[in-house]
Amino acid sequence: MATEGEERESEAGTVTRDLTMSRAMVEAIAHEMRANDEVFYMGEDVADYGGIFDSTQGLLDEFGHDRIMDVPISETAYLGAAVGAAQAGMRPIAELMFVDFFGVAMDQVYNQMAKNTYMSGGNVSVPMVLTAAVGGTYNDAAQHSQTLYGTFAHLPGMKVVVPSTAYDAKGLMHNAIRDDDPVVYMFHKRLMGIGWMPAPDGPKTPVPEEDYTIPFGKADVKREGSDVTVVTLGLHVHRALEAAGSLADDGVDAEVVDLRTLVPLDTETVVESVRKTGRLVVVDEDYRSFGVTGEVVARVADEALDSLDAVERVAAADVPIPYSRPLEDEVLPGTADIEAAVRDVAER
Amino acid sequence: MFEDMVTARYYEERLQEEYLEGKQPAFDISAGPIPGELHLAAGHEAAGIGVCHHLRDDDTVTAPHRPHHIAIAKGVDLKRMTAEIFGRETGLGKGKGGHMHLFDPDVNFACSGIIAQGCPPAAGAALAAKKRNTDAVAVAFLGEGAIDQGGFLESLNFAGVHDLPVVFVVEDNDWAISMPKERVTDVEDGSKRADGFAVHGERVEYDDVEAVHEAAGRAIGRARDGNGPTLLEVQVHRRMGHFMGDPQTYRPEADQEAATARDSIERLADTLRAHGVGEDELAESRKAAEERVDDAIAWAKEQPEPDPAAAHEDVWVNPPSGVTDEEPAFELAGGDD
Repeated sequence: MATEGEERESEAGTVTRDLTMSRAMVEAIAHEMRANDEVFYMGEDVADYGGIFDSTQGLLDEFGHDRIMDVPISETAYLGAAVGAAQAGMRPIAELMFVDFFGVAMDQVYNQMAKNTYMSGGNVSVPMVLTAAVGGTYNDAAQHSQTLYGTFAHLPGMKVVVPSTAYDAKGLMHNAIRDDDPVVYMFHKRLMGIGWMPAPDGPKTPVPEEDYTIPFGKADVKREGSDVTVVTLGLHVHRALEAAGSLADDGVDAEVVDLRTLVPLDTETVVESVRKTGRLVVVDEDYRSFGVTGEVVARVADEALDSLDAVERVAAADVPIPYSRPLEDEVLPGTADIEAAVRDVAER
Repeated sequence: MFEDMVTARYYEERLQEEYLEGKQPAFDISAGPIPGELHLAAGHEAAGIGVCHHLRDDDTVTAPHRPHHIAIAKGVDLKRMTAEIFGRETGLGKGKGGHMHLFDPDVNFACSGIIAQGCPPAAGAALAAKKRNTDAVAVAFLGEGAIDQGGFLESLNFAGVHDLPVVFVVEDNDWAISMPKERVTDVEDGSKRADGFAVHGERVEYDDVEAVHEAAGRAIGRARDGNGPTLLEVQVHRRMGHFMGDPQTYRPEADQEAATARDSIERLADTLRAHGVGEDELAESRKAAEERVDDAIAWAKEQPEPDPAAAHEDVWVNPPSGVTDEEPAFELAGGDD
C-alpha cells in the first residue's frame, strides 16, 4: 500500500511479516532505544501493564524501569518533564493515555512543548514525541472517545502524525523519534490490534524488520480511482476503503487519500487527486466545525477551485460523543455515511 | 448502613454478570448489553457508605470513574442509574453519559471520568453553600492514584484559604490501574498532604465502615459548622481489576487474595452480630438489597434505547439560533441593527 518512494527507503530484500499496528510502533520504539541511549518512554501504565492500548507491550523486559517509566497520574508534571528533558537534549517519548486527558496538562503541551522553539528564536529545540490514543466506536462516552486531530493541528509548533496501518505506524514512529521538533503521534485505539477491541482487517500489514522512515507531509494514495477523491486519516481510511469497495460494484471509482500527517499537510497530493476526479469528500472522526474537513476543503478551494465540481464533508457531529450505542453510531461517521457522501458528489 | 453496603456489593456482582454477557468467548469491549468500560467498586463500599450516611440531599457529592457505591449511598435513583449504565433513554443522562458520568441533580450527585477533576467542582459547590449561608457541605471522592493531580492539590489549597465546607475523601485501594501505591508517592499516609496546606487531615487505616462513619462525622461536622475542609483518607481494597477485562498480570496473586480476604461487609456483619443483631435480620437486609438491585436491572433492561436523533440535543439548554430546525425560543440580542 505504501508509495514507491517509501519502498525504496526500506532496504530491498527485507524480511516482512504481518504485524498489528501496536507491534509495529513498539518495534520502531525499541529500535530507536537500542540505537540511542537518550531515547526513553514515560507514561501511565506503560511499563508493567505494557500500555492500556498495547503501545509499549514488551518494552519493559528489554529496557527496564529506568527507560520505560511508569509515572504518577500527573500529566502536567511528566509531560512538562518531557519538555525539559527534550530541551536538555534527550529524546523522550511521553504517552498521554487518552487524548481526552490533554486538558489537565495542556499548558505544558501548547505553551511549552509547542512554543519554546519559536520564542527562543530557534535557539531551543524540543525533540520529543507525545503519543496519545484517540477515537471512539466502543461506547466510552464523551471524556474517553474524542479524536482531537484538529486541536493539535490548529495550535502551531507541533507536528501531528496519524498512522492508519502497521507499515505507516513504524515508518512514521522512526521519523517522529528522530525529528528535532515536538511530534504528536495520535494512534486510533481500534487500529492497534488489541484483543478486547477488534480491529478491521486493514491496519495489520506486512512490515519490514529493518528501520525505515516515512517522511512527514507525504500523503499516501491508499486506493486509486477516477471519480471521487476521498481524503481521510486514521480509522476512517479503512472505512473509506470499505465504502470504495462497495461503490466500485456500482461503478463509482473512488480514490482514497490517507493524509498520514496533519502537520505538515500534503496539500499537493490532495489537489492533484481532485484535479483528476473533480469531486471531493473529506472524512474525519473529529468534530465537523473548525477542523480537518474544513481545512482540507479550504486548501483545495485555494489551489484548485476550477477543478472542483462537488464537495462534501463527513465528520463527527458537533456534540460531545454520547455513550449509548445508537447515539454514538449517529454521531460518528460510518462506512455507510461515507458511501452516501461519495454517491452524492458523484451524481452532482 | 449494612443494607447499603450489601446493595452496593450485590449491584457490582450483578453488573459484572450482565457486562460479560455477549462479550465472550473473546472479550470484546463494544459487545453485549452494557457498552464501554466498566469500573467496579467491590471492596470500596465502606468509604462511600460510611461518608455518605451523614449527607442530606442538598449536600453535593462528586464521584470519580468508579462511582456506583457512592451513588447508591448518596441516594441516586437506582433504576435510572442502571438504565444509564445500560445506555437507555430513561437513564439519568438519557444514555449520553454512561457509567462514569452519572448526574442526579435531585440529590446533587455528579461524576467525572477524568482523574481528580471532580475536586474543583466540589469546592465550587462548597463555595456556593458558603456564599448563600446554608449549612450544606460538599464531598469529593478520589482514588489514591489521583492525589498527585493538580486539580486535587489546588482544590485543597483553595478550600483551605477560603475555609470551604468540603471534605476530600481519598479511597486508597493501593492500585492506580497497574501502579502500586508505593511507586506513585513516597507519602504513605495520604492524609498528611493536608498538612502542607494547613488543612485538617485524617486517615482511617482499615475499611471498617463504623470507623469511617465516625471519622466522616467529624469531618462533615467540621464543614457544616463553618470550620473548613478536611482531607479524609480511607484504606479500602480492590477486589476486581481496574476495569472489566483488566488481566491484572501486573498484580501479585497474594495481593489479590489479601484484598478479597478482607471483606468490609463480613466485618460489619460480625460487628452487628456482636451487638445482638440476629441472622434473620441480616438475611432480611440482604434479601431486600438483592430484590432492589434485581428490580432495577430488570427495569433498566426493559427500557428503550434512545432515538438516534436525540444525540443532537442537550448540547445547550439554550441552543443558539440556527443550531436546531426549530425557531429560537428567545429574542436575539441586538435587535434588527
